[in-house]
Amino acid sequence: MSDVTASEMMTIAASRALTSDDVCFVGIGAPSAACNVARLTHAPDITLIYESGTIGTAPDVLPLSIGDGELCETALTTVGVPEMFRYWLQGGRVTVGFLGAAQLDRFGNINTTVIGDYHAPKTRLPGGGGAPEIAASSGQIYITMKQSLRGMVEKIDFYTSFGHGDGGDHRQRLGIKTRGPTLLITDLAVWTPDEVSKEFVIRSLHPGVTRNMVQTTCGWPVRFDDNVVETPPPTKLELTTLRDLNARTAKAQAA
Amino acid sequence: MTLVSTLQEAVSENIKSGDTAAFEGFTHLIPHAAAHEVMRQGMTDLTLMRMTPDLVYDQFVGLGRVEKMIFSYAGNPGVGLLRRVRDAVENQWPRPLEIEEHSHAAMANAYEAGAAGLPLAVFRGYLGAGLKQVSPNVKSIICPFTGEELAAVPANRPDVTFIHAQKASRKGDVLIEGIVGVQKEAVLAAKRAVVTVEEVVDDFDDIHPNAVILPHWTISAVCQVKGGAHPSYARGYYDRDNASYIEWDEISADRERFTNWMKDNVLHASPDDFDARVADLRPPQ
Repeated sequence: MSDVTASEMMTIAASRALTSDDVCFVGIGAPSAACNVARLTHAPDITLIYESGTIGTAPDVLPLSIGDGELCETALTTVGVPEMFRYWLQGGRVTVGFLGAAQLDRFGNINTTVIGDYHAPKTRLPGGGGAPEIAASSGQIYITMKQSLRGMVEKIDFYTSFGHGDGGDHRQRLGIKTRGPTLLITDLAVWTPDEVSKEFVIRSLHPGVTRNMVQTTCGWPVRFDDNVVETPPPTKLELTTLRDLNARTAKAQAA
Repeated sequence: MTLVSTLQEAVSENIKSGDTAAFEGFTHLIPHAAAHEVMRQGMTDLTLMRMTPDLVYDQFVGLGRVEKMIFSYAGNPGVGLLRRVRDAVENQWPRPLEIEEHSHAAMANAYEAGAAGLPLAVFRGYLGAGLKQVSPNVKSIICPFTGEELAAVPANRPDVTFIHAQKASRKGDVLIEGIVGVQKEAVLAAKRAVVTVEEVVDDFDDIHPNAVILPHWTISAVCQVKGGAHPSYARGYYDRDNASYIEWDEISADRERFTNWMKDNVLHASPDDFDARVADLRPPQ
């Protein structure tokens, strides 16, 4: 399957991490595509939650925003936003929070707030939205983003949501009881944290990806597992499902 | 009697320059028509609060009407950044903008606290988050029973909240369906509330007993504005105009284009223009 794009590989690799037992709080963009591919392939019973209050949603097309009508129409139920954050997220019902990032560091800390100084920013980004509490209250966090030197940096400009902080037991020291980032899926590789330091380590490279490609698109010195394997290429079902979903979405947005 | 004849009247009687106002809506049911009427009537020096300030707050800020914005996500949902807000924060154009930034959980809790008549909201939040360092209104509080350190933010208490809803009864009771967001809390937290609706019906006798209904005595003014949420949507009436959200990214990128667009589509327009804007977004009859 040599015609698979890096973006398709990323979405499919991310989808594989989800199971039918998961209750997943879905970020918009790449996470949303991965979560719905999982639902349409190997995890039909997964519960997808979007922060607009839609619980158990099963959209036929990918939403442009977290509050598209499609999410409500296909949801098991739709609750108010205060209830969403209090009972369902803070109450500990979410097993996986799936986030994207503008800036990410090696410990899974995310910045979507500002580039530059907070009080005199070079670029003012949208901010955290639900992410600060998703990052702390979900059972664990998966992150997906395309690699770039601008995105994957040695030091993020602002801690919008806390990953493993400075690494090690930093979460526990702050009284956070959840696991934090346990998985990073980029367009080039699958990463999981080192058990002790919590620094992301590459466990598998997507087909055709070299170590050099990963390092030249990542702002910190990349660590590789002793036994880096190749990410299994997309199956026919995975690829067809993703492409059909994208085609339906493009058609709906053009209408 | 809360039912009034015109949006012009509802706006002029319920908001003045210097007020703290919330125009709430979570992607769905955003009160665009009401916000545009406020822009036309010239109120300024406003403190605007909202979880997801999108196009309407970008417009208020670009017109120079906002002194301070309290928010938790300042983006164009699914599209990108708010370019007028960026210009104000980064370049102070057309005037400096003071910001008070929170997370969604904090804002939702703060509205709920306002509705509940409490001075503050307490929740498990901001753990390790940078906003704790830069937002003076993010504090900590110790649980007197368990000793756990929790986040505290002041209650949101707007002078006036504007929302858009599907239906009002002739008495002025209001029904909200679908993605209900934080509108009920934002109305009950405010001193005054103005609601625009798609339709006025005789009564709500056939409505589900657990529906989200705001009794007429919680609302200062209700008026019908068909299409009043456009380019947001009203479930059961018309779809979200995603193309307009995408187009806004270009309109708002340039100060002059923005200014001209605002003149043509807001300052020299009227509430009656909204109905035609959603004509192609309504479901086939």
